Amino acid sequence: MTSTAPPVTTHTPRPQPKKRPGDLLFSGTALGAGVIILLVLAAVTFFLIIESIPAFTADPDNTQFLNGTPFLQYVWPLVFGTVWASIIALIIAAPLSIGIALFISHYAPRRIASLLGYIVDLLAAIPSVVYGLWGALVFSRMLQPFYVWLNEHFGWIPFFAGVVSPTGRTILTASLVLAVMVLPIMTAICREVFLQTPKLHEEAALALGATRWEMIRMAVFPFGRGGMVSAAMLALGRALGETMAVTMVLSATGAVTFQVLTSNNPTPIPANIALNFGEAYGTGINVLIATGLILFIVTFAVNAVARWIVNRRAEFSGAN
Amino acid sequence: MTTTLERTSAPAAANSLTAGQLPRWMPWVLLAAALALSAAAFAVVNLGEEVRDFNISGAVFFGLLAFGIVLVALSSVVETRRRAVDRLATILVSLAFSLALLPLISLLFTVVVDGIARFDGTFFSWSMRSVVGEGGGALHAIWGTLLVTLAAAVISVPIGLMTSIYLVEYGRGRVAKAITFFVDVMTGIPSIVAGLFIVALFAMLFGPGLNMGFMGSLALAVLMIPVVVRSSEEMLRLVPNELREAAYALGVPKWLTIAKVVLPTAIAGITTGIMLAIARVIGETAPLLLTAGFTNSMNLDLFSQPMMTLPVFVYDQFQNPGTNIQAALERAWAGALTLILIVMALNLIARLVAKKFAPKFGR
Repeated sequence: MTSTAPPVTTHTPRPQPKKRPGDLLFSGTALGAGVIILLVLAAVTFFLIIESIPAFTADPDNTQFLNGTPFLQYVWPLVFGTVWASIIALIIAAPLSIGIALFISHYAPRRIASLLGYIVDLLAAIPSVVYGLWGALVFSRMLQPFYVWLNEHFGWIPFFAGVVSPTGRTILTASLVLAVMVLPIMTAICREVFLQTPKLHEEAALALGATRWEMIRMAVFPFGRGGMVSAAMLALGRALGETMAVTMVLSATGAVTFQVLTSNNPTPIPANIALNFGEAYGTGINVLIATGLILFIVTFAVNAVARWIVNRRAEFSGAN
Repeated sequence: MTTTLERTSAPAAANSLTAGQLPRWMPWVLLAAALALSAAAFAVVNLGEEVRDFNISGAVFFGLLAFGIVLVALSSVVETRRRAVDRLATILVSLAFSLALLPLISLLFTVVVDGIARFDGTFFSWSMRSVVGEGGGALHAIWGTLLVTLAAAVISVPIGLMTSIYLVEYGRGRVAKAITFFVDVMTGIPSIVAGLFIVALFAMLFGPGLNMGFMGSLALAVLMIPVVVRSSEEMLRLVPNELREAAYALGVPKWLTIAKVVLPTAIAGITTGIMLAIARVIGETAPLLLTAGFTNSMNLDLFSQPMMTLPVFVYDQFQNPGTNIQAALERAWAGALTLILIVMALNLIARLVAKKFAPKFGR
């Protein structure tokens, strides 16, 4: 009976939105999920730092892996190896993947293009351990004669100097495998970005008499610049943290050298952890966790720089 | 009179729109000619030596180089300089594509050819328990992979999906910005660091030296959540605002709008993203190496004892081949083939879902 009474007395000019239990539940769960992510990340940082502290404080003489050297001196060749391998990989992969993405998005015939895009997606999902197996058993042997040739004719370039590795399992092979691995990821993102270019921009450029390449330079690249950088950032992040392929391909010795063809190779941090974790004990585990923390910081720094570039570019790109 | 007649009739015969352009077949003919010439040159050098020493890569390389130079030079003479640049770009882009395909073809070819040898009944019905040398299989590893990945998906899909809903539908201000930022950071967590994190966490809570399947699931979930958030967020953002506004205009509550309008529109893309995320983590090796550990026996309990997984199995067979190296490598290749087939199946299903349930938009 009461419900049928007309609410004449509560005449408000602007009705407040009704708080429905469904709405509250839904937004609450959504917010909760977001907060969990923040907590997980805080926990990652917290536990890594807590477990790393013994590596810095322990006496280096009695600690596994350190063998008398201070921790920072132990870790810096590893950092060098990580960055060096990833940079070579990125230099090789970046132009190639932009080329492939352009080929799929703007050059290949429509019908083939979707198939090619599918193949690239498929390749992005091939597990790293398979790349490692192939790199160690097949690819390194294929590259070895080429390395001998490179060393003979271009040995005057410092990178290619030194005695060529007889197995071909060098840092250059590892970087090439890394490049092959990050290619599909970077290509997939670049392709997506290129396909997002407004059709009107492209058609306007072509209508003004631009050739296909000029259209790409004037319409596609400015639109996709941020996407290309973030694709490279993701690729670099994956290359920095990639473990298995490098562990299996590289015969690592922990040297600090810029020569890429010898059997004296730098060890990236992830490979070092994977190789030594099985026999680690006591503070040795803490040392490895501390190197992991350093790796985390390095990748974080790379991502931060890349994000800064993306944000700075976004203002000028004219796309939106 | 005759000369002017000729002049007026000539352009009419050759279409005036295509005047000053190379005919369409020209690049292909040039390419074939360049490759043939280069092959012939290398064959002459190779004369008197064995056929198998014929330098295929050299022939192709110089053939392509000659093709590029000739075509660009020809184009800049017959056509304009701008067209020449365009042709150069086309050549480079196509070259990048074919160059990148080579290692990938080689990879797939090797995995299939070398993996088929042990891709048999024994491989799928045996574990490696007390197997020395030949024989043995990966049943324990396949079960381990399925269980660990399933648990990881169960943990990360709800969290990832709800987070993306929060970011797209509710998130305003600082919290949303912080979550976006930290999801970005999480995307960049190297897989081995995720493994180390779980190791450090369990070492502090339960003491060091633990290995179990669930630790692996947690490590994989850390890697999977940001991927799910990213892909779902992207898909939700693609849903046109007009749909939401139409629902609001009809008086539909917000949560119902999300559940009945936004999610169904984006569900194909979201499913595809989740499938691809699973395909991405199912092959992760490094975190499982540290958390789920090694074993040669079957273990279906996620919460006790080490659990073998397929990627770790492949790595283990490669790194510790034991006495019969050939047999171990064959098992490794078969494991790799299985892994690739699982990943491909996941991708295929994802594609079918995307195709079947995709909303019909223009473009």
